Amino acid sequence: MADSLHVQLGMTDDEFEAVVAELGREPTHLELAMYSVMWSEHCSYKSSKPHLKRFPTDAPWVMVGPGEGAGVIDVGRDLAVAIRIESHNHPSAVEPYQGAATGVGGIIRDVFSMGARPIALMDPLRFGNLDDPRTRYIFEGVVSGISGYGNAVGVPTVGGEVVFDDCYRDNPLVNVFCLGLLNHDELQLAVAGAPGNLAVLLGSGTGRDGIGGASVLASAGFAEGSLDKRPSVQVGDPFEEKRLIEACLELYRRKLVVGVQDLGAAGLSCAASETAAKGGAGMDVDVARIVRREPKMTPVELLTSESQERMLAIVTPEQLDDVLEVAARWEVRASVVGLVTDTERFRVYDGRFDALGIPGKNPARPHGDNAEVLSSDSAPIADVPIGSLGDGPVYYRPLAVPDDLAERQADDPRGVLATKFADGVDLSAELLTLLATPTIADKTWVSRQYDHQLFLNTVVGPGSDAAVLRLKGTTKALAISTDGKARFCALDPRVGGALVVLEAARNVACAGAVPKALVNCLNFGNPEHPEIMWQFSEVVDGMSEACAALDLPVVGGNVSFYNESRGANIDPTPTVGVVGLIDDLKVIPPAAALRDGDAVLVLGATAPELGGSEWASVLHGLHAGVPPIADLEAAGRLLPFVAELANSGAVAGIHDVSDGGLAVAIAEMAIAGDVGVVIDLAGVPISEACSQAEILFSETSNRVVCSVSQLDVEVLLAAAVAAEIPAAVVGIAGGAEVSFGACANVGLVEATDVWRYAIERSLRR
Amino acid sequence: MTTRVGVIQFPGTNCELDVIHAMTQLGADASILWHGDPTVNGVDTVIVPGGFAHGDYLRTGAIARFSPVMQAVADFAASGGPVVGICNGFQILCEAGLLPGALQKNAGLKFLCEPAEIRVETSRSVLTNGAQVGQVLRVPINHFEGNYICDASTLAELQAEDRVVFRYVRNPNGALDDIAGVCNAARNVVGLMPHPERASDRLLGSQDGNVLLGSVLSACAKVS
Repeated sequence: MADSLHVQLGMTDDEFEAVVAELGREPTHLELAMYSVMWSEHCSYKSSKPHLKRFPTDAPWVMVGPGEGAGVIDVGRDLAVAIRIESHNHPSAVEPYQGAATGVGGIIRDVFSMGARPIALMDPLRFGNLDDPRTRYIFEGVVSGISGYGNAVGVPTVGGEVVFDDCYRDNPLVNVFCLGLLNHDELQLAVAGAPGNLAVLLGSGTGRDGIGGASVLASAGFAEGSLDKRPSVQVGDPFEEKRLIEACLELYRRKLVVGVQDLGAAGLSCAASETAAKGGAGMDVDVARIVRREPKMTPVELLTSESQERMLAIVTPEQLDDVLEVAARWEVRASVVGLVTDTERFRVYDGRFDALGIPGKNPARPHGDNAEVLSSDSAPIADVPIGSLGDGPVYYRPLAVPDDLAERQADDPRGVLATKFADGVDLSAELLTLLATPTIADKTWVSRQYDHQLFLNTVVGPGSDAAVLRLKGTTKALAISTDGKARFCALDPRVGGALVVLEAARNVACAGAVPKALVNCLNFGNPEHPEIMWQFSEVVDGMSEACAALDLPVVGGNVSFYNESRGANIDPTPTVGVVGLIDDLKVIPPAAALRDGDAVLVLGATAPELGGSEWASVLHGLHAGVPPIADLEAAGRLLPFVAELANSGAVAGIHDVSDGGLAVAIAEMAIAGDVGVVIDLAGVPISEACSQAEILFSETSNRVVCSVSQLDVEVLLAAAVAAEIPAAVVGIAGGAEVSFGACANVGLVEATDVWRYAIERSLRR
Repeated sequence: MTTRVGVIQFPGTNCELDVIHAMTQLGADASILWHGDPTVNGVDTVIVPGGFAHGDYLRTGAIARFSPVMQAVADFAASGGPVVGICNGFQILCEAGLLPGALQKNAGLKFLCEPAEIRVETSRSVLTNGAQVGQVLRVPINHFEGNYICDASTLAELQAEDRVVFRYVRNPNGALDDIAGVCNAARNVVGLMPHPERASDRLLGSQDGNVLLGSVLSACAKVS
């Protein structure tokens, strides 16, 4: 027997019963379709909602917190910044180019729906290993999609992350972050205003692409045959979106809209009902007025289509003509599809009003479907309480610590590695292999496919700890970093969640900025598994603790569950985007590079922490132990000190220590500065006894490397002592070798070669 | 008199605000010329900026050349007015027949956004009158279709008439004869793939583009 309709639409029996109870009758097909997308995990956050409340979200500079299209913070001088991050994981797994492209398009609409001009994109990306041919196809497709869409739509991609790990082989993660800039009085919200206002659908025609994407693709895992889901992937048109951006920005400038909302997941069902529900109003939608791409589309398709490049603007009848004129000038389709009412009902008609939104008899159809002509007194084909669509079920899903966790945590990789790499063993080959690991290697192959300079704001582009964007007309600048570290979260999600926040904040500090706001994209496995929900809950707590300690409000986020395929869940992968503010940018911030003749200074003490490190996990296959300690108090001391250092011109180069540890951080700085370096490991500050290998490759948090003129060393060390930060000179930049004394010694030319060309070589295999 | 710079905006153009910013920094009065208006509004010089005019659909510049403003640009150029096409603007000027040749996909079949070094090959053009022949400028490129091509007789003509304005020091895209920019026979219409406006401020890592944008303003002073 075939599954009943609600099951086919991805709803449980209990959810179906809840709909029946809400309506007091059986829902129509259209009503059921709308509930199924609106109550999907992707749209309703039904599993994550109880946890997300624990994030700290307030700060005096927060103008709009979580829940709107994007978070908005005040950056002074009447300027505000809108930020948002989202995932487009499943579409990218099914069709890499379009999946990534439409991810970019969607996040941009979220940001300009707030009234902001989108000025920067960042993409944290995660793939399987490049030795797998399908992974290479997905990787190249995703990068091309971001390049093809982002460049043409005219929003620069100023940075991001690319990580390779086998757990993402069938389920890549494509997270996209967007930042927009606006004046305070340009802020737009999704509100419907008074009854009688009109809902105008702007942009692309509505097609059959992305039908049920939120419920079918985004809210279920992958099994064999998931390529059959390809019709649920949308297709992007950056030229349409570019015109839509310019038209909307002109509408805002001329104060022609009351409210605005983008059409994303769940399409028009979501945009129209949410906008009206927020103001306690109602909405009548007439599907006959929707401009469509193909004939014979059904109301279900029209209401749940996720066709891209569409926005819903709420306008007053008096301003409709001006709105249509602006749209026409930008060659953007515009049609009145809805009418704001005072009914608190969401009603859908097929034939209700004319082109001006005036209910009348026998309205002409605006498109080619000239089947039967309907009259205005036709009954609604859907009629539901407007708040009920956005008020889906909430699940307090069970949590359980994974059975094998204690055992894995107890299995510290230190033991095995200490035996194999006792002091005196040459570690040069280990260092070279790490530099050639695609996660650590140079990402220029990726970033040069992205326009990262448009708008003349990019002071520091891709490849540094953080991107730096100047704010023209002011002395201010923004620093942005996106980060994630799933292996730490897999070993201890609470500590891992905190470490991710610390790393992003540290990256921003290395650019001279004070971290101001964070958005997160929480990529997890199947929430119906108690172990996954436990990971999720722990990550939320760890991130919350770190954010609270750093006074870093969470202004938005996105949850992506069901990242599993063939029964295997991905490692818990929270990614974050952190924005920091530089008040007075006078010169380009120091690069992550050494300068010939400089002293090399390490801030922060090293501990023997190899759990989850690149060295232990990637090179030696040891996925066990515990992650480094997340010392929030040490971070509180280090971050302002580092920001001041970077901003004051006291250092010539500065770099966060992360993947691959101190050895990789210093080697990267040598490569970037095109100068060798001689390091004496005995000088490295440690908090407990370490072997040489542990000093080189431990991934202890709260550490930064600086390149400092030898004349300035004493002053800087004294300042570090005063700030209670462990600090020491560990070597001098110069020569043609990256040398850590007897334990590791590689030629600068060779180190540069393996690091720079690793990704290209992996692709040519 | 402040020089009036007109920067053309097609749907899909995206570098217009950047060119206006850079030109304004140099003291010009720069504003948008809408592609649908059949006039250049009496400006002293016209810049066709980068981006994706009409989505680059069909072929780069292929639709843009039919926009009403382009006839006015052709008339303006014919009367000796300085016209510069940057990146997509260069592609459009080629499609419109104001410059010889065409731009095809990069030899590597990938989009390239990176710093480039270009050598000034002639100072006899509206874009290089303030530069020295042989001077190497650091100006970013940002394109998928920057691989310059023309037939052998056109190339011979460009070379003989000193109309190759810039060559890449290291050819990034397979361009014929390393060509990064060319001018018309009257030397008042110049197209180049690199973006001078992206090298207009020390905070952006290079100010070399100002040599070129400043030359355009000087050329206007000479014309008027």
